[in-house]
Amino acid sequence: MSTPSQNTGQELQGVSGFVADWSADKESFKVPWGKAMMWIFLLSDTFVFSCFLIGYMVMRLSVSDPWPNASEVFALEIAGHHIPLVLIAIMTFILITSSGTMAMAVNFGYRKDKRKAAILMLVTAVLGLSFVGMQAFEWSKLIEEGVRPWGNPFGAAQFGAVFFMVTGFHGVHVSIGVIYLAIVAIKILKGHYEQSGNYEIVEITGLYWHFVDLVWVFIFALFYLW
Amino acid sequence: MENETDHDMHEPTSFWTKYVWSQDHKVIAIQYSVIAILVGIVALILSGLMRLQLGFPGSFDFIDPSAYYQFVTMHGMIMVIYLLTAIFLGGFGNYLIPLMVGARDMVFPFVNMLSVWFYLLAVIVLMASFFVPGGPTGAGWTLYPPQAILPGTPGNDWGIILMLVSLAIFIVAATMGGLNYVTTVLQARTRGMTLMRMPLTVWGIFMATILALLAFPALFVSAVMMLFDKILGTSFFMPAILSMGQQLDHEGGSPILFQHLFWFFGHPEVYIVALPAFGIVSDLISTHARKNIFGYRMMVWAIVGIGVLSFVVWAHHMYISGMNPMFGYFFATTTLIIAVPTAIKVYNWVLTIWHGNIKLNVPMLFALGFVSTFTIGGLTGLFLGNVVVDLPLSDTYFVVAHFHMVMGVSPILVVFGGIYHWYPKMFGRMLNDTMGKFHFWGTFLGTYAIYFPMHYLGVLGVPRRYFAYENYDFIPESAKDLNAMISVMAIFVALVQLVFIYNLIWSLFKGKKAGDNPWKATSLEWQTEHTPPTHGNWGKELPVCHRWAYDYSVPGYEQDFLPQTFTGQPEGQKA
Repeated sequence: MSTPSQNTGQELQGVSGFVADWSADKESFKVPWGKAMMWIFLLSDTFVFSCFLIGYMVMRLSVSDPWPNASEVFALEIAGHHIPLVLIAIMTFILITSSGTMAMAVNFGYRKDKRKAAILMLVTAVLGLSFVGMQAFEWSKLIEEGVRPWGNPFGAAQFGAVFFMVTGFHGVHVSIGVIYLAIVAIKILKGHYEQSGNYEIVEITGLYWHFVDLVWVFIFALFYLW
Repeated sequence: MENETDHDMHEPTSFWTKYVWSQDHKVIAIQYSVIAILVGIVALILSGLMRLQLGFPGSFDFIDPSAYYQFVTMHGMIMVIYLLTAIFLGGFGNYLIPLMVGARDMVFPFVNMLSVWFYLLAVIVLMASFFVPGGPTGAGWTLYPPQAILPGTPGNDWGIILMLVSLAIFIVAATMGGLNYVTTVLQARTRGMTLMRMPLTVWGIFMATILALLAFPALFVSAVMMLFDKILGTSFFMPAILSMGQQLDHEGGSPILFQHLFWFFGHPEVYIVALPAFGIVSDLISTHARKNIFGYRMMVWAIVGIGVLSFVVWAHHMYISGMNPMFGYFFATTTLIIAVPTAIKVYNWVLTIWHGNIKLNVPMLFALGFVSTFTIGGLTGLFLGNVVVDLPLSDTYFVVAHFHMVMGVSPILVVFGGIYHWYPKMFGRMLNDTMGKFHFWGTFLGTYAIYFPMHYLGVLGVPRRYFAYENYDFIPESAKDLNAMISVMAIFVALVQLVFIYNLIWSLFKGKKAGDNPWKATSLEWQTEHTPPTHGNWGKELPVCHRWAYDYSVPGYEQDFLPQTFTGQPEGQKA
């Protein structure tokens, strides 16, 4: 009593073929354990961010005070010019760029070019760090202007609450990612993976990093462009 | 298996690495279970105190309304999360998954160890709330804002903060464990162990873990938001509100948002507790009736179907919260649809017993008890799932009776059954049979005596969560007698559990030696070289699985069970 395909050797078609194949006595996904676990973790984390963002959307629809105008709140005065969303555009650009350097690191990881892989990972980490730094700048600017979790001079009190909570939670993810990247890069340079010759860890780190970037795209769209 | 080389067997040697900072899934499982049982005893005592007040109002001075609400809240939260979720996933899941799928351990033992220590931390934070000024929170286990964080609710200072922090820590622990369980099932099965050959216990725990990984995020988010409301004075869940005649600083938040987030977690949580129970019961019934499980594939698909459906029924907890009526229509429909796979499972259990060679061992008694209590609890669910019937019954003792039957008594009977069944494998000794039978009959009949009358109280309209029932004309005198009777039975059932605890300890030293396979069961965990299994579980060679887990009483064989590792031919066909 098992999947029919194993008893009879016949190839099953369609849905039952998919089920038989997927449930066979092998690893369900042809990937290392760590990568499968990272996938599942990211799925769970997706639900965390989704709940945060859906909560934000519900909040925004239910508040009675007007919501602050994002392009005004997030504008900077540079050399006498009033430029809306400039800082956030730079931050987004940096984070997307870091996804590029991460992808290159994964590529070099698979070629076992450990020096290049590690350097690109460190570059990614530095880009991530500069993102967190700019976020800290943005936070302190807003706090200076009187934005607090419990209220702000621009409109609905929930604006500050949701902003600090969601960008803070994302910032923590980026910071953890920076530490994670640095640890793996140093381990690579020290030859920790030389013996097994297995540089999958670069891709696993990369999965996490790309996820954090992807989440940022949603936060960017929903906070700064809405 | 490329990964096997990654997983060197470092046999721990010192006491500390072997029993305390252990990375062995079997030790971690026992740590999880012991913590869960200890914290469960706390919750049991709390329920006893509640029943003292309800049965004999005014006789116990130390139970004031605040204390009563604190007992209610902590009893509910501990039982649902810190006992049942922890013992099914952390206890049974940890012990059984690697053994049943033929793995040496969980895929990432270190993360698994972190999981149990985070769980312990969560429990310590929760227990600390008994000792802070104001005591633990009394907001009810659903922690509905705005009352949960406002003055007037007991424990609105420290209690609610510690509760929310403890929940967040628990979620981290459950996630670290859960990632391990799911990855182990998907990636680390031994040769021949297809998904469709796994014992239903593994299927139940596997699916429940997926639910946990996807549902706990909603609780995590609502806990974070409520912490912000409490500590930073934000208004996520707080509308403009007057408290004690004063306008508070909150404005524009949505209490209903909390209810949606909470129940998006809360309803799958019911199945996080129920699915492992379904799985374990299937295995107990099949083993002790010496008969293959009826409709194995159907059972698997029912587990998967229930898991998926459990995410689209949450708002049936909110019929009286104020929703668009069309939502009620939708959620009532999905709620009734989820009864279909559940009923399939009940029929299949009954059909498995049908014409079986039933051995009324203690685990079997508990499994049969579960089928009975679960059916009763499930049937009252049909009443509450319908909007029009739910409206008058909502917030009465009918609801209390329903959820205690279906997700209190039923899963805990399975926990007991599972412990009686696998204790011999865990410690190499049988639990005492006489004490076990007394424990079963006391618990089974006692819980019926507690919860069955509550249905009548509910139909009479006796509201739940009330501290006392004086001066309500619609509540007849007889309801008070019934309450007194229920309280006496509750104390009795609580005392019966002492026998169980004593049995656990007594049998550890004086129990009958069990041997490797006392129940003559087929699944892999009974085929280990040593009992209890040693570090790494399987000695040098991993077992190879040749058949499904339910080959009992197969015609043509001498023995009435064929272990999953069995390769022989029927007697007639031997060369």
